[in-house]
This record gives sequence, structure tokens and C-alpha cells, in this order.
Amino acid sequence: MKKEIPLAITFITGLIIIVTFFIPHQPLGTMQQRLLIWYSIVLGFTMLLGMDSLLRSNLQRIARRSPGWPFALVLIIGFLGTLAAGIYTWATSESLLSLGSSFMYVYTYFIIPLQATMFSLLAFFIASAAYRAFRARTLEATLLLITAAVVMLGRVPIGAEISQWLPDSASWIMEVPQMAAKRGIFIGVALGTIAMSLRVILGLERTYLT
Amino acid sequence: MKIFEKIANIDSRIIYLLLLLVVLIPLVFKLVLPINLSDPVKQAYQAIEQLPEGSVVMFSVDYDASSAPEIQPMLLATLRHAFSKKHKVVLLGQWALGLPFGEIGLNEVAPQFNARYGVDYVNLGYRPGYRAQMVGLGREIRDFYATDYKGTPLDQIPLMQGIHNYNDIDLLVGLEAGQAGEEWIQFAGARYGLNIIIGATGVIAPDMFHYMQARQIRGLIGGLQGAAEYETMINHLGTGVAGMVAQSWAHLLLLGFIIAGNVGYFVVRRRKQS
Repeated sequence: MKKEIPLAITFITGLIIIVTFFIPHQPLGTMQQRLLIWYSIVLGFTMLLGMDSLLRSNLQRIARRSPGWPFALVLIIGFLGTLAAGIYTWATSESLLSLGSSFMYVYTYFIIPLQATMFSLLAFFIASAAYRAFRARTLEATLLLITAAVVMLGRVPIGAEISQWLPDSASWIMEVPQMAAKRGIFIGVALGTIAMSLRVILGLERTYLT
Repeated sequence: MKIFEKIANIDSRIIYLLLLLVVLIPLVFKLVLPINLSDPVKQAYQAIEQLPEGSVVMFSVDYDASSAPEIQPMLLATLRHAFSKKHKVVLLGQWALGLPFGEIGLNEVAPQFNARYGVDYVNLGYRPGYRAQMVGLGREIRDFYATDYKGTPLDQIPLMQGIHNYNDIDLLVGLEAGQAGEEWIQFAGARYGLNIIIGATGVIAPDMFHYMQARQIRGLIGGLQGAAEYETMINHLGTGVAGMVAQSWAHLLLLGFIIAGNVGYFVVRRRKQS
């Protein structure tokens, strides 16, 4: 029964959602809407599980003095600090997003700069990696290099200043060969997703139960 | 010989320093370059422009700080455009960490057009489970958003009184740094016929071109270039246009390094072979 009940739930809900796509009338439409609301609620609870797991693993790292445990300490402090700011704002302000609130202070002066810094570093690493790796060693690499150069210049204003040919060519690359390759990949992904979904609904794929 | 070896092996720190300078100088000195307008962005502009006054435009804030430099200018520009046309704005977000950007954007733009909260615009906030939401909002928004982000029941908000599902939304502006854009198109666009324009990061935009060609979206604002184009069209230049000058020089520098690296590599290799 440990496996049969989850398999039955998966089969029935999967079937309702698929059938409702084609027949959205009563009572299927209402049933689908109810299932979607449940999904949203369950997903909310998974966030709590995520928090529990995050806190537990990092507290263990601190307790065991594992390598890099000070980072775990910073994480715990950051987590609790943000939580405290959130609760304080919730209790004292109109909403969590009220500008000037404690939570928005943490968001504006900690979260935004930290996230932006992490992502900004990519520009430097990409520049260095492109310089070292982009070598025209083979015909394919040369084609890739030329295409990348045209798109890089064609998608910025200075490209049009150099020659109108650059933005026109960049648009053609994006709209014809790029899209042809992407379509092929997407059709393959969609077919794979349908096959996998059917396997899950029919109970042939059971790895999610383990 | 030695000079080519040096060209083929430039120290990373020199690359970092030069990149920092070419990004910083245009931003500090506020340099401007003329912006070329592309068809997908023109069509996105037209999608908002051609709506009758008082139409309801839903904004979905699906990005966070890592993509904000690219997408926040799009939000500000499209919000400005919508408010200037006296459209009603319903904002929500599928990224919990991105929603404050929506609130920051609304607080920056709405007062410039004397737009009033609850009458001209509303912020619904964030709810988990975006795929389920995108399907469920097609039947009833209140099933997922019983209140706005302040906790006010939707039925007490004047703007929301006649808005129940996608039939009451004239256009969706999806601002995307991830998968949610495609989901909007597949679940809300394909299933309910919702009109959609997408603003996406430069990385995500290529994934949207085929939806544009198949007319499943009405317009596409791709990357910072797209944001700069939109700012140019509404005649309100912001960080999109400023950022494109920095990006132009950064791309030129990068190409310069790639060419130099290749020249150095091939000269050294040929000399070694001979």
C-alpha cells in the first residue's frame, strides 16, 4: 500500500488535469481548480521544508566544525536577521514591501548588492574565459567565432555605427539558424516531457517515490 | 616572438581592469550612442500603444537582483508607457525575491502620472506554485490571490472589482529571467488566448524568438538593448540607454582580446612548427 496509494493519487490527478484541458466544463473544471490550489498550498509547505533542511544542515556544520563552518554561521546569522526584519516589518508596517521598512532595508542594502555582485563577477570570468578559449583551431570553431562576433557587435548600438550590415546580420542569425536549432531542441524536449509525463501518470516511472 | 607570446597569454588581471574601465567610464560620464530600433521591440511598444484607454495590463515580475540591471529598465519603461496611456496596472510576481523590484518600480513611476493605488494600479504580491497559478487565474484570480500584497481583500479594491480572470486582462507584460515566460505563453497564452509581450534577459530572449515568429507573443523586449530601445521609443532615456554604451565598449574590448589571442596563438604556433 505504501506505493499503491501514491501511484493511484498520481494517476487520478494526472488524468483529471489532462481531461480538463480538453473538457473544462463542470464538474471537471472545479475539480481542476481545486487541485491547482492544493498544489499551490503544498508548494508553500515545501518552502518550510527547505528552510528546515537549510538550517539543520548548516547548524550541523557549525556543531561539527566542518571545513568552512564560518560560512554556515554567516548564513544562519543572515537567515535569522532577515527573518527578524521580516517579522518586525510585518508587525509594524502596512506590508513587507513598504519602502523604508526594516525588511526592505535588508533587501535593498544586503540582498540586492550581494546578488548583483555574484552575477557581475560573471562578466569578468566570461571575458577572461572567452579570450583564452575562443581560438579558431577548427572550421567549426572558426564559424562559431565569426557568428559570435557578428551577434556581439550587431546587438549593441556601436555595431550599427560601424555598419548597418552588423545589426541586420545579427537579426538574421537570431531569427533563422538560431531559431531552427532551438526549434529542433524544443521539439525534442517537448516529446521527451510528454513521454516522461505519461510514464509517471501510468506508474511506469516510479523513481520519484524513492 | 616574445611580444606574440605575451599577446597569447595576457594576465587575467589586465583583462579585468580594462573591462572595469570600459564599463565604468561610459556610466560615469553618461555617454550616449544612438539606439537602433528592432521590430520585436517596436511590436511590444505597439501592443501597449494600441490598447484603448483604461485597458487592464498585468505585469509579472519574474526576476531578481541578478537580472535587475537588464529587466528593471524594461519594467520602468513599460510602466511609464502604460500609465501615460491611462491603462490600469495589475502587478504580481512569480519570483519571491523579485517582487520588491515591482513595488520599487510602481513607487517610482505611479506618482509621476498621479496614479492612485487601488484605482489605477494594484500589487497582488507573490504566491507559490506559478504553473498552477497560470492555469488557475484563467478561471478566477481570487482563488489564488484572495488579497493584495497589503492583505486587502480584492473585492474591496475598486480596480479589481470587475477583474476576475484572463477575460478581463487585455495584455500581460511578462518580465522574465527564467522559465516563467515560456510557462505564461504555454499556460495563459495558448490555453486562454491571453495577449502577451515578453521582456527577457539577453540569455532568455533567444528562447522567445520562435514564439514571436509563431505570433504567440505580440512583442519581445530582449536584453538591455531591448530596454534601451523601449526607453528611446517612449522618449524617456534611463539606465537601459546608459548601460548599452558600456555594453558596446565591453563587447568591442572582448572582441579585441579574442582577436589578439588568436593572432598571438597562431603566430606562436607557426613559429614553433617552422
